[in-house]
Amino acid sequence: MKKSQNTGRNNGRADLLPVGIVLAVLVFWQLIVSWGDIPPYILPSPIMVLKALFDEKELLLTHTLATLNEALVGFSLAVVLGMIFGILMGYSEPFRRALYPIFIITQTIPIIVLAPLFAIWFGFGFLPKILIVILVCFFPVAVTFAQGLIKADEDMDQLLKVMGAKRWQAFRKVRIPQALPSLFSGLKIAATYSIMGAVISEWVGAKSGLGIFMTRAMSSFRTSVLFADVFVIIVLSLGIYKAVEIIEKKIILRKYNIR
Amino acid sequence: MKNIIEINRLNKEFLNPEAERQGESSLKVLKDVSLSVSENEFVTLLGPSGCGKSTLLKLIAGLDATYEGSIFLSGKDLRSNNVPVCYMLQKDCLMPWRTVLSNILMPVEIKKGNLKKAREDIKPLIDEFGLSGFENYLPGKLSGGMRQRVALLRTYLMEGSIMLLDEPFGALDEITRIQMQDWLISVWERHKKTVLFVTHDLDEAIFLSDRVLVMSTRPGTIIKELRIYFARPRSRDMVLDPKFNEYKREILKLLSEG
Repeated sequence: MKKSQNTGRNNGRADLLPVGIVLAVLVFWQLIVSWGDIPPYILPSPIMVLKALFDEKELLLTHTLATLNEALVGFSLAVVLGMIFGILMGYSEPFRRALYPIFIITQTIPIIVLAPLFAIWFGFGFLPKILIVILVCFFPVAVTFAQGLIKADEDMDQLLKVMGAKRWQAFRKVRIPQALPSLFSGLKIAATYSIMGAVISEWVGAKSGLGIFMTRAMSSFRTSVLFADVFVIIVLSLGIYKAVEIIEKKIILRKYNIR
Repeated sequence: MKNIIEINRLNKEFLNPEAERQGESSLKVLKDVSLSVSENEFVTLLGPSGCGKSTLLKLIAGLDATYEGSIFLSGKDLRSNNVPVCYMLQKDCLMPWRTVLSNILMPVEIKKGNLKKAREDIKPLIDEFGLSGFENYLPGKLSGGMRQRVALLRTYLMEGSIMLLDEPFGALDEITRIQMQDWLISVWERHKKTVLFVTHDLDEAIFLSDRVLVMSTRPGTIIKELRIYFARPRSRDMVLDPKFNEYKREILKLLSEG
């Protein structure tokens, strides 16, 4: 009991460290801007960013909801597709060998190029945004899940074989639960990509969203609003990441007791 | 008495890549192995590591069909028949996300048997295996000896009249191992199943078995069969008996001669 309390306290201290560093940077930043007489369109001070965040809260909220919607829908679809293809690649060697190189190629195409291309093909609506988010989120999910699934425990495989297990039975009862920790590390990577994917897709044109709001702020030199926008993006990305982590810890890992 | 396991002139070679590493075209692991185990007999294969005893067990379990010679289980040729056996390894292979009970019932689940009935049926066994009260624990919370008992009970639920135990206590500490041996022998003496046991522990082999088959280094072959004339039920005291040491001396001599 005592031991767990101790580790808890240590974890608390470790968590505080990055917060402290960020605070120190913010203070430093504020001082540089105040003393260095830097014009706000080049570098706004943290306080100005905070003010912009507050002043633009209604507009920011609308744009945030638009982006969040795209990110969440795209992320969810990517998770479903990623898991399906992860299972297919994990189960079938020929399938994996056929698909894996193609998936890698899709990751080498710069999203910056795809975003305008998708806008040309699919317009400026919801669809091209979702497609971009799916494209960036799909890969980490499919690949980490597949890798978790092909990790074999030879002894376990042989034991199941002697029990008379069919291949699919062994896969479902052993490989899939075993691969969940890998899947979740992929989900966490995908979670952080999802907001970024949505923002990039909005850059080339959108009715609303943090990405289009960002370009507008940039072109009108309202740098403090741009920073406020970025701040919201960071918070959203961390939020989705944290949500995945909570699901991982609370539901899956506790139930399955892996790791 | 009926022979449940009947093996005649069994030879087994490994081709690549193991053989290549040894600089040979193939690696002979088992040479002219013949043995038989009769019903409800406890027979142990004892030999140095790498002598092919685990390989022999894998062949009997039906995991590898590339061998010369013949293996008959309950009178059926393993080449043309699929004979179910109970099989257990040194590694407990428990699934960490399944409770003790659901790990134990795994063989029933795989065979799509009646889980409800099996759950009722094994209640006395859970008690006998010292696991009552732990049914809903996850394996991670159990000690090494308990995990092995869970694995052993799961093995017991696999259908088949032959139990193949491949160094089941090999990963346990000395004291736990002795406790497990005492416990295993008492359970076995009550239930009597045909057991083929693999170990490289002399005391374990003599203490548990009706017969000990001593194997040579690779390519493994059976160099001596020792019948252990200790009455059952056996108790731990027998390891202090001079006769016990006679057996030990004889085995040590055989092993040093290779």
